[in-house]
Amino acid sequence: MAAELSDGELVQRAQAGDLNAFETLVSRYERRIWALAKQLLQHDQDAEDVVQDTFLTALEHLHTLREGERFGAWLKQIAVRLAYRVLARRKRMPTESLDALLSEDPDEEETTLPRPQLVADWRDSPEALLQRKETMRLIEEALQQLPEKYRVVFWLRDVEQLPTRETAEALGISEANVKVRLLRARLMLREYLTRLFGADAEQILTHSD
Amino acid sequence: MKCEQMLKLLGDYIDGEIDPQMCELFERHMANCPRCQIVVDTIRKTIALYREGELLFEMPLPIRERLHQRIRQRWQEKFASRSGE
Repeated sequence: MAAELSDGELVQRAQAGDLNAFETLVSRYERRIWALAKQLLQHDQDAEDVVQDTFLTALEHLHTLREGERFGAWLKQIAVRLAYRVLARRKRMPTESLDALLSEDPDEEETTLPRPQLVADWRDSPEALLQRKETMRLIEEALQQLPEKYRVVFWLRDVEQLPTRETAEALGISEANVKVRLLRARLMLREYLTRLFGADAEQILTHSD
Repeated sequence: MKCEQMLKLLGDYIDGEIDPQMCELFERHMANCPRCQIVVDTIRKTIALYREGELLFEMPLPIRERLHQRIRQRWQEKFASRSGE
């Protein structure tokens, strides 16, 4: 029954002390938060810690959430913050100094944009590719090939669909930097995936200019 | 407009945040450049792949079980201390 209730209704019930309602919310969002943590951190134990901490933080602060319908977005914010703290810790840097470490001159990055090398349409649609277990594995591996700073921006912007501004705030970098990193991430992933899923060689357009 | 210039505008174009004037130039170039058309198209497919595939990244069952266990435990601590149950 609880499964049919909206997030807002479940949050209200959970705020009134209904554990079942809260667990229904957890079940509704756990895979999404897991995917986020796993793809950002690329490490099962760290991702599990972030997932647990995200829901425990939500439990702790549930009474402060006024608009229950925002539960999913709120949860995502908590998870992004926690995941980012892990990334920061890995660099053995205090969070405050992360700005300096991560900020780069956007112009400099832009001048080195990777030019598309392999240009070919794909043999299958994204929907068809997602149907098969072996291609799912390749898709996941492709993401792991990306340097962390690009993978994180790609996941937050293109998968989680966080606005540029929120992504910039979460990562402590400028919006210009988010945009450049996102473009680089998309170009690199596209190149890699085209190598895997690109159409036959004769259809490939080689670089001409 | 050349392919090189297109590259810098690609992100804004895909996100629908490109300046309308630039957009026109961008699309005029694409109409005659199959290479750029394919780059734009396969970037869109790349994004769709991960966006739609998000939930296909399975959460291992033991991790799920430990999560629910921790939550129940914390819930009991939190509310038992409040209500004395």
